[in-house]
Amino acid sequence: MTYTDLKKLEKIVNSELSSKILASKILFNELMIEISIDKITDVIQFLKSDDKLKFKQLIDIAAIDYPNKEKRFELVYLLLSIENNIRIKISTKFEIDEKIQSITKIFPSANWMEREVFDMYGVKFVNHPDLRRILTDYNFKGHPLRKDFPLTGFNEVRYSEKEKKVIYEPVKLEQNYRNFDFNSPWEGTKYLKDIKEVKKNEEN
Amino acid sequence: MKKTKSMTLNFGPQHPAAHGVLRLILELQGEIVEKADPHIGLLHRGTEKLIENKTYTQALPYFDRLDYVAPMNQEHAFALATEKLLNIEVPARARYIRVIFCEIGRILSHILNVTTQALDVGALTPSLWGFEERETLMTFYERASGSRLHANYFRTGGVHKDLPTKLIEDIGKFCESFPKIIDDLEDLLTENRIFKQRNVEIGIVTKREALDHSFTGVMLRGSGIPWDLRKSQPYECYQDLEFKIPVGQNGDCYDRYLCRIEEMRESVKIIKQCIKNLPKGPVKSVDGKVTPPPREDLKQSMEALIHHFKLFTEGFRVPAGNVYTAVEAPKGEFGVYLISDGSNRPYRCKIRAPGFSHLQAMDYLIKGHMLADVPAVLGSLDIVFGEVDR
Repeated sequence: MTYTDLKKLEKIVNSELSSKILASKILFNELMIEISIDKITDVIQFLKSDDKLKFKQLIDIAAIDYPNKEKRFELVYLLLSIENNIRIKISTKFEIDEKIQSITKIFPSANWMEREVFDMYGVKFVNHPDLRRILTDYNFKGHPLRKDFPLTGFNEVRYSEKEKKVIYEPVKLEQNYRNFDFNSPWEGTKYLKDIKEVKKNEEN
Repeated sequence: MKKTKSMTLNFGPQHPAAHGVLRLILELQGEIVEKADPHIGLLHRGTEKLIENKTYTQALPYFDRLDYVAPMNQEHAFALATEKLLNIEVPARARYIRVIFCEIGRILSHILNVTTQALDVGALTPSLWGFEERETLMTFYERASGSRLHANYFRTGGVHKDLPTKLIEDIGKFCESFPKIIDDLEDLLTENRIFKQRNVEIGIVTKREALDHSFTGVMLRGSGIPWDLRKSQPYECYQDLEFKIPVGQNGDCYDRYLCRIEEMRESVKIIKQCIKNLPKGPVKSVDGKVTPPPREDLKQSMEALIHHFKLFTEGFRVPAGNVYTAVEAPKGEFGVYLISDGSNRPYRCKIRAPGFSHLQAMDYLIKGHMLADVPAVLGSLDIVFGEVDR
């Protein structure tokens, strides 16, 4: 996977899919292309079936939550071409109410990967054969990998001697989870930073 | 003919052949499996969420707890991802030490898999012989890192401590004696009639299906695709080492078993070469902003004390960006998709575990087989629940 190979790949992908690609860049010796949410099946089908590219293997699907961004969620599909020994990342940004086409028809292995994304982020895939939760408990509520889900969760389980069964209770902690802010005061207080920013902008 | 109804059988989560906490819902027509629905997540610990809340140094030990039979291979993927983002160089000696311990991890994992697979199909002795060797290997882990399983030995930019000379000698001695043990295991299994009856032509995977189901590692090589990240996308010092990639022909459980046996032999060769060519020098990056100062300096140098304090409270900051790095773990491609926002904690760390996609194919692999083949197929998938459930 040399830089020139990636450049070549970027060129091919851009010329073949020019209308569908929003952006493409090579960083850290990896190629990432950005597409809009409704083009996913087309692009992945093309990458898989094209005779030259042969991205025959889906490595993983990763979802990322950016609560402060305009489009909150991002999906990244990692594909691998064994014949050409090259990888590609396909990223797409969307909001939670948008419809995402499942790619289980193209890659059967996407089944569990999409179930995991659904479980962890609540992203719904259209045309998925069996969209159930996968990693969390039966009857679990919430989507744990979202940034607004607390690290300690809401419920805890224990065996109740009285009821002779495992019961669910709200989490009780002796000490709350402490999240330290490591911003050192020596690096400048906020108002000083603001003044510096203003000065910089004035100079420009 | 009498009409028969299919029966639903609950296999696990507490079953000796389930290799951990797998709950498998099987639909049976007589003894033939019609459908398998694995229920996973019973060992889900939220590793990815925890990592988002820890510094990079604190996140590393979580990787030991994924595939707990080959801990250091997992650490390796995370260390490589952080190094790629930080763009730091790993000293040559550290690279060789990492490779030695990754190959030890591979042997650890393959011994466990081969012998427990034999156990699942009715052979008890291999596991007794194999576990003795695993114990020796885990002693090496202990002597290098201080613990037998959860090593936490790799660091961003190198490894925690240099190896004692005596340990290197002992690993060398082990490499001389171990091939004999592999021969013994092969004597017990390879031509064993029962073992062959239970494994040959069971759970066949074609090349195409292997790719479609995202198989990696032995599952892919067993079907005849010569793909190994150590050869095709070499990391650390694998490009300087000589080793072969064993490839199967039929893609059945037996071929995968043979691949694993051969891989152990190749791993021994790799370790031998590493010991022979082990360079001298530092074992950690010399970048003081990532690597903590040596213990002696703390009593002498104010600068070292400050750095030590900062590195173990705040940790180091990693430039913003996203990378995917993968290593050839014993079970397949273990990858880490790491996203940094420039702070001292990973913004997102997606772990790509090979077992996850292998177990997913259980339904496809077992359809039409007998109930007794379930443990055989499960054994050859090489499932460890630490990494499947994360």
